[in-house]
Amino acid sequence: MVERYEIRFSGAGGQGLITAGIILAEAASIIEGRHAVQSQSYGPEARGGASKSEVIIGEGPIDYPKATIVDACLAMTQEAADKYAVGIKKGGVLLVDSDFVPRPPQGDYKIYSLPIMRTAKVDVGREIVANVIALGAMIALTDVVKRESGEQAVLAKVPEAFKDLNKKAYSLGFEKMKEVLAG
Amino acid sequence: MAKKIALLQGNEACAMGALYAGCNFFGGYPITPSTEVAEVMAAELPKIGGKFIQMEDEIGAMASIIGAALAGSKALTATSGPGVSLKQELIGYACIAEVPCVIINVMRGGPSTGMPTGPGQSDVMQARWGTHGDHAAIALCPASCQEIFSETVRAFNLAEKYRMPVQVLFDEIVGHMRERIVFPEPGELEVVDRTAPSVPPEKYKPFDTSFGDVPPLAAFGSEYRFHVTGLNKAEDGFPTTKAELVDAEERRQIRKVECPEARADIELNEEYMTEDAEVVIFAYGSTARSARYAVNELREQGIKAGLFRPITLWPFPEKRVAQLGEQVKAMVVAEMNLGQMVFEVERIVKSTCKLGLVTRVDGDPLTPTQIIDQVKEVL
Repeated sequence: MVERYEIRFSGAGGQGLITAGIILAEAASIIEGRHAVQSQSYGPEARGGASKSEVIIGEGPIDYPKATIVDACLAMTQEAADKYAVGIKKGGVLLVDSDFVPRPPQGDYKIYSLPIMRTAKVDVGREIVANVIALGAMIALTDVVKRESGEQAVLAKVPEAFKDLNKKAYSLGFEKMKEVLAG
Repeated sequence: MAKKIALLQGNEACAMGALYAGCNFFGGYPITPSTEVAEVMAAELPKIGGKFIQMEDEIGAMASIIGAALAGSKALTATSGPGVSLKQELIGYACIAEVPCVIINVMRGGPSTGMPTGPGQSDVMQARWGTHGDHAAIALCPASCQEIFSETVRAFNLAEKYRMPVQVLFDEIVGHMRERIVFPEPGELEVVDRTAPSVPPEKYKPFDTSFGDVPPLAAFGSEYRFHVTGLNKAEDGFPTTKAELVDAEERRQIRKVECPEARADIELNEEYMTEDAEVVIFAYGSTARSARYAVNELREQGIKAGLFRPITLWPFPEKRVAQLGEQVKAMVVAEMNLGQMVFEVERIVKSTCKLGLVTRVDGDPLTPTQIIDQVKEVL
């Protein structure tokens, strides 16, 4: 079997989690030259309600393009957590926004929490970068791509004027997660 | 120099493939889940002097590409099942008038409005028999973003070579998912242009079969003047009811696609672990990705499974399916409809092996587990 690593980003439509998925897929498949497939919810929920984006990363071609057993899941809202924090594998990880997911679904996986939206608002000053903070945190949590690959993919995606902002957001997400992991 | 690579949606890859093939006209009407094809064409065609037009409806879109193609363009439209239903009369027109053009169908559920944002594979028989009357059909069914690019190029090539409409069918899953595309360099993939007339304008006949089953096509509106009609016609393009001419035309239009040489040229399949297989899964498009996963799992469990994936759905790969039917104990057809291609497979293998079917129409893809369960049940 081709080894596959499955990551699901979920949150409210409009929070930029589809973009976060695309950036992770670019980091893996364009920058690191591995294989990745990104898919997303496509219904009206993409513009409100709970939406998700899935990335499958592997060392060889990826056949089945949807998640089978999720290795790592992000949930930015309670609704998204209730709907999409399912099918996480034994020993997998779930990262939730500590302010917006008061009741993370329990299971045979580790649950971590970070104040992602608050970090965007208070530390960076722009809520819009919450998805980039979340991406940095998920990469720190999973090591699925190198820190530099993620940063390079983020910077390739944003206009020149917003590069510093996004670089800061990505680093904050990555480092805050590493602090949590270090206990 | 390193090749250009990008992470693209299937629909975006389709548009890029069309441009590679020399497409310079797009006429369409937006419809989920195909709209990104039109979006990319709208952005890119003006840069290369091509034309993009959003028509008043699906029928007008089909009419526009027939007109553009006759006038010498390589023309594309992209739609989904409900749009293809509306286009059927004109698809038949393109068949009988022998107009090269490409129709993309990003399949969703159906019939009618169905489930616009969910995937489906229930238009595969429509691609064969959607328009009335005897006619040949070419339909291609890619399963990855890279293959959507290359099969769109091949669709244009086949349209030009056989002077007829060609359909490319994929579904919402591959249409919207993103994968890495390695862009072929110019010249790396074959690009075919229609055969232009070798005779002077006054000698030109648009259906002159002395040049073979696919007569050369002049650009309408050039110094070559000719008549185009949806009626049965003689070599000069004017309507006829003469029995022998009608019979010859009808038979030629089937023969140009279904003769052994043409089939060998048009048919394209991928096989995975079929050499020693005792059970073969017949699956196409995104479902074939689940089937491949299933084959790997079954092999790990000691079951000699293989995958047969038609990339050309029409004409149907009769010869190879018959050979596999002789080889295996069972075939299992997996499709996101309630059983369509299974009838073709059954027609070929009914006396040689057992046949199973696994289907799904609820908007989610067939999972590897569903396919594995069906394989075990049939065995």
